[in-house]
Amino acid sequence: MDDLYREIIIEHYKNPSHRGKLDPHDISFADNNPLCGDHIQIDLRVGTDGLITDARFDGHGCAISQASADLLIESIIGKPLEEVKKLNKESILEMLGIDLGPVRLKCALLSLKVLKAGVYGLGEASDDLVE
Amino acid sequence: MTLDVEQIRKDFPILERETRPGVRVTYLDSTATSQKPVQVIEAMNDYYRRSNANIHRGVHTLAEEATSMYEGAREKIAKFINAASSREVIYTRNTTESINLVAYAWARAKLKTGDLVILTEMEHHSNLVPWHMLQMERGIELDFIPVTEEGLLDLETYKSLLDRRPKLISFTHMSNVLGTVNPAAEIIRLGHDAGAVVLVDGAQSVPHLKVDVQALDADFYAFSAHKMCGPTGIGVLYGKSTLLESMPPFLGGGDMIKEVKLRSFRPNTLPHKFEAGTPAIAEAVGFGVAVDYLSAVGMERIAAHEHEIIEYALDRLEEIPGVKLFGPSADKKGGVAAFTLEGVHPHDVAQILDRDGIAVRAGHHCAQPLHEKFGIPATSRASFYLYNTMQEVDLLVNGIYKVKEMFG
Repeated sequence: MDDLYREIIIEHYKNPSHRGKLDPHDISFADNNPLCGDHIQIDLRVGTDGLITDARFDGHGCAISQASADLLIESIIGKPLEEVKKLNKESILEMLGIDLGPVRLKCALLSLKVLKAGVYGLGEASDDLVE
Repeated sequence: MTLDVEQIRKDFPILERETRPGVRVTYLDSTATSQKPVQVIEAMNDYYRRSNANIHRGVHTLAEEATSMYEGAREKIAKFINAASSREVIYTRNTTESINLVAYAWARAKLKTGDLVILTEMEHHSNLVPWHMLQMERGIELDFIPVTEEGLLDLETYKSLLDRRPKLISFTHMSNVLGTVNPAAEIIRLGHDAGAVVLVDGAQSVPHLKVDVQALDADFYAFSAHKMCGPTGIGVLYGKSTLLESMPPFLGGGDMIKEVKLRSFRPNTLPHKFEAGTPAIAEAVGFGVAVDYLSAVGMERIAAHEHEIIEYALDRLEEIPGVKLFGPSADKKGGVAAFTLEGVHPHDVAQILDRDGIAVRAGHHCAQPLHEKFGIPATSRASFYLYNTMQEVDLLVNGIYKVKEMFG
């Protein structure tokens, strides 16, 4: 439980390195966590070679949701867009380095759901995207 | 006059629970659901051990016993809210279902396109969504009594809304976020003067205040057992018998009928007309005992105790730099303190408090539009009931200081 607020999470929450918006962008998507009203928007720029050249997130929410968004964005810059499709729950938990209960898991996974919904061009960030 | 809280706490076994080794729970989330006294737990247990049978149909001893326990509880509840008759007390699953019952059975029969329903900006989702659904289906109009900065209903605007001759006013007696106790009698009287029917969402008021539906002159009054020391899965819709008689039934099935033919049926009399299928019998029994319990302690004393606690809690919370409180001053509200802490999301506040066993709610508390109104996505909420103490307020305040330290 103390792990939940490890230095790295507090640090990414307070001083995120990839917060903001990209204009112009190739992909942009936003959605909420209906449970707590957390909101995340993710903007991507994708090169002709299919590599993610730049990415940003914006929004508001708890330390877990915002820190995991920052870590997620950090991890995908420079990667092929196709690789994003392979990310799942385990990838996020690995980045955070913690274990989460069912409620907080939703906070942690919001950014990945938003990212994948954007990449697939879906209308909604649904749970089955991160199973 | 004051409550013997230490004695009361002995009736609630869960308050002894340790949520982590050596950390006893500090339960400050009674607005979401209250804890249950051992009297309620044992009555339900006892019902299943001794008396369980289906009600109303059987003639054997167990069925008669179960029926009289189920109906006996209804009598107690009717008396508790001072209904003119227990025929006016309809068992439902909860407040939400009670409101939906009015939306389905009363409103769908009586409202047509363009008819106005007045709600308020402080409603929780269960008194918004049933009306949104009716708006989509039937084209009714919705308008809202605004909430002032202080967290009170703007009655002047309400009066001007009444010029539009609404058919229904539906409002919460006590806000589950701001804690505001609304002037229900006045709102009802004004609504009646304008010719409207008035439904009161009493989910937060019946557990904490002395409610007299006849003195209020409410047409419908909805509440849940689980917020008032009773079990989950059962609630009540009180309705004036003339109104209930005039309505078509809600759900169809056994128990709500007087007679069934292959191609037709005749509905049963009140209250059974609105209770289709085998109901929550053990829960009704538990509900009756919860009402006995609250009556024995005394609703006025409970309200006075909660007032003392909220007064102290607001004072202490206000002292904490970075804490912003929502809702009116202690004299205008019940035992609910919703707050934000600068720089820390309410979820994180709640999670860190939980390490010290302190249970508070974080989120929009099923009142998203109200949070939007105040320009915040979420709040943390501590709420108090008859078993809470001043020491627990101190634990909360110390806990919030710890949160600040962590995020400092």
